[in-house]
Amino acid sequence: MRKKSLSCVLELARRDPRVVFIGSDLGVGTLEEFRREMPERFFMEGVAEQNIIGMAAGLALEGFIPYVNTIATFLTRRCYEQVAVDLCYHNLPVRLIANGGGLVYAPLGPTHLAIEDMGIMRALPNMTVLAPADAAEMGRLVPQTLDVPGPVYIRLGKGGDPVVTPADDQSAIGQGVVLRRPGRCLFIATGIMSGRALAAAELLGAQGLACGVLHLPTVKPLDEVKILELTTGVEAIFTVEEHVLPTGLGSAVSELLIDRRPGRVPPLHRFGIPDRFPDRYGSQDELLDYFGLSPAQLATRALSLAGRQAA
Amino acid sequence: MTASPSFFATALARAEAAFTAHPAPLDARSRHLRRLAVDGLRGGNRGHLGSAFSAIEILRVLYDEVLRHDPRNPTWADRDRLLLSKGHGCLGLYAVLADKGYFPLSELDRFCRFDGILGGHPDAKKIPGVEASTGALGHGPSIGLGMAQAARLQKRDWRVFVITGDGEINEGSVWEAAMCAGKHRLDNFTVIVDYNKHQSYASTAEVQDLEPLVDKWQSFGFAVCEVDGHDVGALREVLAELPFDQGGRPNAIIAHTIKGRGVSYAENNVEWHHKSNLAADEIAALYRELEG
Repeated sequence: MRKKSLSCVLELARRDPRVVFIGSDLGVGTLEEFRREMPERFFMEGVAEQNIIGMAAGLALEGFIPYVNTIATFLTRRCYEQVAVDLCYHNLPVRLIANGGGLVYAPLGPTHLAIEDMGIMRALPNMTVLAPADAAEMGRLVPQTLDVPGPVYIRLGKGGDPVVTPADDQSAIGQGVVLRRPGRCLFIATGIMSGRALAAAELLGAQGLACGVLHLPTVKPLDEVKILELTTGVEAIFTVEEHVLPTGLGSAVSELLIDRRPGRVPPLHRFGIPDRFPDRYGSQDELLDYFGLSPAQLATRALSLAGRQAA
Repeated sequence: MTASPSFFATALARAEAAFTAHPAPLDARSRHLRRLAVDGLRGGNRGHLGSAFSAIEILRVLYDEVLRHDPRNPTWADRDRLLLSKGHGCLGLYAVLADKGYFPLSELDRFCRFDGILGGHPDAKKIPGVEASTGALGHGPSIGLGMAQAARLQKRDWRVFVITGDGEINEGSVWEAAMCAGKHRLDNFTVIVDYNKHQSYASTAEVQDLEPLVDKWQSFGFAVCEVDGHDVGALREVLAELPFDQGGRPNAIIAHTIKGRGVSYAENNVEWHHKSNLAADEIAALYRELEG
């Protein structure tokens, strides 16, 4: 996803002179082609995220469209006030490409995990929050970011994640993607968890529980139309996210349903990371298992909850 | 143009002299602008008077004689950009902008009011002539250097001026920006530190000593000049020397100022950093101090 998103930025910069790239202290050779072709629009500004966001704001105020890239947690927590005031309050077209959203940096420990990033980004007015499921979808969404008038947060997965979105998908930013039509139940997921939710739905199908999957590559603004349409008549909704439960996708969907369907919200269960700092290392998959978020665990949990409701 | 060593020595000597002797009285224009700021203070029944009054001459000289700007066309593409990074000093900026005609003087009466455009910190979305919404301290230098980068990319000759407070530069982000501007040798970028030696709680020496301040900016890659920030002639001379350095270094001006300058009992008095709910006789006393 990272490679794909950065190659999209290179292409955007080639065709639009307003596009500039700002990195912090990225890996050697990052966007080398960009640096060689357009050195005046390539910035590598060191481990100074507050300054990078302010500088991006200054460039955007003068008509440029900066794409800023560094590790997700440092792009959100470290410079939150600059993101809130300089980018969101001024409503500037700055794009934040966040490496390693969720549990990607599992071996590096809790300092490097971005598990509340979507929550704190979606709390800010004017911010658009994207979490594509795979590199192919990243390739379809990043070019669209050029025309978004305000700031955009783009959460990246680890890379090499299985491609689960349809190659011919034409969805615009803000639109959900139906990966599987709903049956009795519906998974609503985002980012790489949509692929896991799809695998869980297939396991459930084999066990006789028809379960759809609505993938939301845009966490803010939510695709209200699709969520309201697809949740109509389902027996249970399961939200799935690689994110802490407070403030995440499950919260966002709950808020929407409570606001729009007062007294008629279907049973809704949120699958995500509990409200505590992870206390293990290992791999992203190991931590997802640890938090009950593997496809098999999602299927088991969904089956148990759906069965309990049917009874 | 490069300022000569003797120019810096003269400016510094003058700045030092100003602070060893009692400062010269303010002229009519400086008193007029301060009275406008008091109009705002009266209108909002609050305001950072001390922080505004230390920066009046800096703002005055910039808008009167240095900045390329047009109050009838605040978004003129080739204007120089000024950011009041110490946004809480906004009454000084509002006084000057109103005086220049960016908005009617009557707006000062609605300072901080529900239906006003002039808030307790400058808002670029509402106020003609304000480039960026500041007030969260330590943001202006980075935004300003991004603008300076933009001018360079667009091959334009407009310049960027950022006025910071002294307490403000406690913020680490200021020094991130300083490193960055130094690295890029943004000689179209000037930071002016309104060094009034006092922050909210007490003197800067007590809260977080900034000295040696000139050395700090120099070591971050700036060409630095010190000046008496209330001496209109000295400010004029220093600002006319920009950029200070042929080598392309960004510019820092350490403007030695007096917090609350112009009101005898507010000078160097942190009680006047921010004031609210002033009685009518207290407001009247402020105008009396600034008569003429």
